[in-house]
Amino acid sequence: MAIVKNAVYMKEVELPFCPGCGHSQILPQLDKAMAKLNLDPRKTVLVTDIGCVGLSDQYFNVSAFHGLHGRSITYACGLKMANPELTVIVLMGDGGLGIGGTHFINAARRNIDITVIIFNNFNFGMTGGEHSVTTPFGGKTATTYLGNIEYPLDACSLVQAVNGGFAARSTIFDKNLADLIAEAIAFKGFSVVDVWEYCTAYYVPRNELNKEKMMKLLETYGFKTGIVHKVERKEYIESYREVYLNQPQKQVKQISLDTEFENNLTQKTEIIIAGAAGQKVKSSATVFGSSAILSGLYATQKDDYPITIMTGHSVSEIILDKKEINYTGIESPDYLIIIAPEGLAKVKRIIQSMRETSTIIIDDNLVSLLPDTKAKVEIFPFRKTANAIDRFSITILSLATFLARTNLFPIEALKKAVKLTQKEAIAEINLKAIDAGAKLVEEGAYAK
Amino acid sequence: MIEFLDGNEAIVKGAIDAGCKFFAGYPITPATPILLGMMQELPKVGGFAIQAEDEIASIGFCIGASMAGKKAMTATSGPGISLYSENIGLAIMGETPLVIVDVQRQGPATGSATKDGQGDIQFIRWGTSGGYPIIAISPTTVEECYTFTIYAFNLTEIFRVPVFLVSSKELSMTRQRIDWSRIEKPEVIDRKYLPEDANEYKPYYFENIDDVPLFSPFGGKHIVRYTTSTHDEYGNLLTTPEKIQIMMEHLDKKINEEKIKKYFPHIVKFDKQDDAEILVISYGITARSAIEAVELARSQGLKVSHLIINLLWPVPESEIKKATIGAKTIIFPEMNNGQYVLEIERIVDKSKVKIVRINQMDTTLINPRKILIEIIKNNGG
Repeated sequence: MAIVKNAVYMKEVELPFCPGCGHSQILPQLDKAMAKLNLDPRKTVLVTDIGCVGLSDQYFNVSAFHGLHGRSITYACGLKMANPELTVIVLMGDGGLGIGGTHFINAARRNIDITVIIFNNFNFGMTGGEHSVTTPFGGKTATTYLGNIEYPLDACSLVQAVNGGFAARSTIFDKNLADLIAEAIAFKGFSVVDVWEYCTAYYVPRNELNKEKMMKLLETYGFKTGIVHKVERKEYIESYREVYLNQPQKQVKQISLDTEFENNLTQKTEIIIAGAAGQKVKSSATVFGSSAILSGLYATQKDDYPITIMTGHSVSEIILDKKEINYTGIESPDYLIIIAPEGLAKVKRIIQSMRETSTIIIDDNLVSLLPDTKAKVEIFPFRKTANAIDRFSITILSLATFLARTNLFPIEALKKAVKLTQKEAIAEINLKAIDAGAKLVEEGAYAK
Repeated sequence: MIEFLDGNEAIVKGAIDAGCKFFAGYPITPATPILLGMMQELPKVGGFAIQAEDEIASIGFCIGASMAGKKAMTATSGPGISLYSENIGLAIMGETPLVIVDVQRQGPATGSATKDGQGDIQFIRWGTSGGYPIIAISPTTVEECYTFTIYAFNLTEIFRVPVFLVSSKELSMTRQRIDWSRIEKPEVIDRKYLPEDANEYKPYYFENIDDVPLFSPFGGKHIVRYTTSTHDEYGNLLTTPEKIQIMMEHLDKKINEEKIKKYFPHIVKFDKQDDAEILVISYGITARSAIEAVELARSQGLKVSHLIINLLWPVPESEIKKATIGAKTIIFPEMNNGQYVLEIERIVDKSKVKIVRINQMDTTLINPRKILIEIIKNNGG
């Protein structure tokens, strides 16, 4: 029995399974299915899971990938995505189905073109007959010795639930098993065949399982046999090719921030911009950093914001120097620009640590919230001025004011960075904001 | 070409230039931008990028794709490495080329999401069952994020072992001025293939114990066997103790400092000052604090040397030994509870050298002044 004669892909050697084990009956049917499809052994991969079924692949003259428990579907998907010419067949037990449930569901949901054959013998044969996700209610196993109090999983319904391609159920008594497996393999999309069988070492003796009882179980749970579910829909890799690989190639303009402007920086300068979500703090800080680079400086930028990005603070830290910047921490900045109460709340500790030589540049609405500080304070109507242009432009506007006050490098550099890096519509608004921000200084619109 | 880029963007560029054709990942700050970048860039070069259902699937997809012949990479942060664990073991056992980027953050479990830390240093080395080695390289700048990503691919292709590119939040998510004309672009090296006309393929055959087996992809000209189990040269299960011993020694011996040095010339960066008795040792983002501390110390007339370790695993012991000659005090700042310093303590003669640990786990970068204070304190023994 255990030596399979006249097989096409299987080796003519004794199989390692227990007498009466269903595995020895399913594998020759797999061989027949593969022969029916005339699969190229070098283009066919049997991916095996852990469990007794994991011993199967070495009895076939095709390529084989024997991986970790429950993860076989992930390797199968990786192989298929890397080389869609491959026929990839996963052989797993009901144990693998349980531990790898999420991979099963998601492979089905994606409808990726692999075939999964479940050698379903209702328990873990390799480790001593413990219960699995398919053990029937009341079933006796090593870990359900008084009867299983869990209900069994219907793998085919799972595929249906996520609109996967093909799901069939069969038993070792089914004369058409080879044909069913062949149909699953030939199906373009995800396919599974849930094959109910015997574990003669554990489940059969403990539960006096026989053909009649197995048929009764199918009936009890209303588990259908044959092709349970089949839907034609686009296969995952084909979709990827169509949508992503064939996407129109956009012309990406290469922007180089070559030095064009002079700068007046005399020492490493640390700047913090404290704003709120929606003020474009992060992107404006990048524009500002880029403009510093256009002025021949080294710059670094890091951002801090809560995970709920549409609310709360948005704080960016910028460091400028004439040489490579190694340490990018800021304990006490030279300049702190505050444009929103959320940002102010976030930098309170920093405000208290600021030195006499440092400067806080703050929106006039926020002055009352400012804690005591040794830093110089300059007040500007940022919000009011920005609202007249576009309220999102407040960050770039305040940075223009900062530049006009400090003259670290020219306003023109900031304008150039806007033009280089931003889309035209946004750039237009930001250029206006920069002019307005610089004008605040000309007008002397600040108080101490 | 001058740009304003962060480490994650540089890693994506490095991967594409190294010939990466497959990426799978799962969102986790601060590594997510790498996933997003690869989703954008890989289709342009005919590659495949996917967001997997979890980290286990991410690395599983990568292992499958790599064995089908694609250069593969995944990226995550510490919690994701926890989920990679079993498959890191598989990649070691199956001798799978794979680049794993770890953008570290602080603390165990969810930790300080998402602030900086360097707490995965021992974990990446010992994070899978069995204890067999991996390679880990650690950039300190955005430029090195690019260059070392290419080296990471070269090393994983040559040695067929997972290679970690060890970054951290502050390195990966801080923008920096980048001048491409000054950035090293290493020559790209691919895995060694069995000639297509070879009759038979023994997937795990090696002549000398430290040789790397020749590769033939699934779907190529040969029938291929890959396995998670201890195996013979054909990829069949081994049960003979003597043969298992050889196989395990092979996994252990195929990588070492000397072999890696041939393909990765930057295993350490030693800034030596003659007659210095104080040596600062650092790696990753902390190296940049240490550089400033050393500059400050020297500007005050103090003598101090600085060793930056770029090859974290395997430990570059001979370079460390060389650098520690004459040192009376070693100062080792790390953004963790004192991890890589254990390797230094293992290597040096502790009766002759005082080792000063600076361990900061408050999510902020170590201030150079903190290192400077230790240099001053230990000056003159």
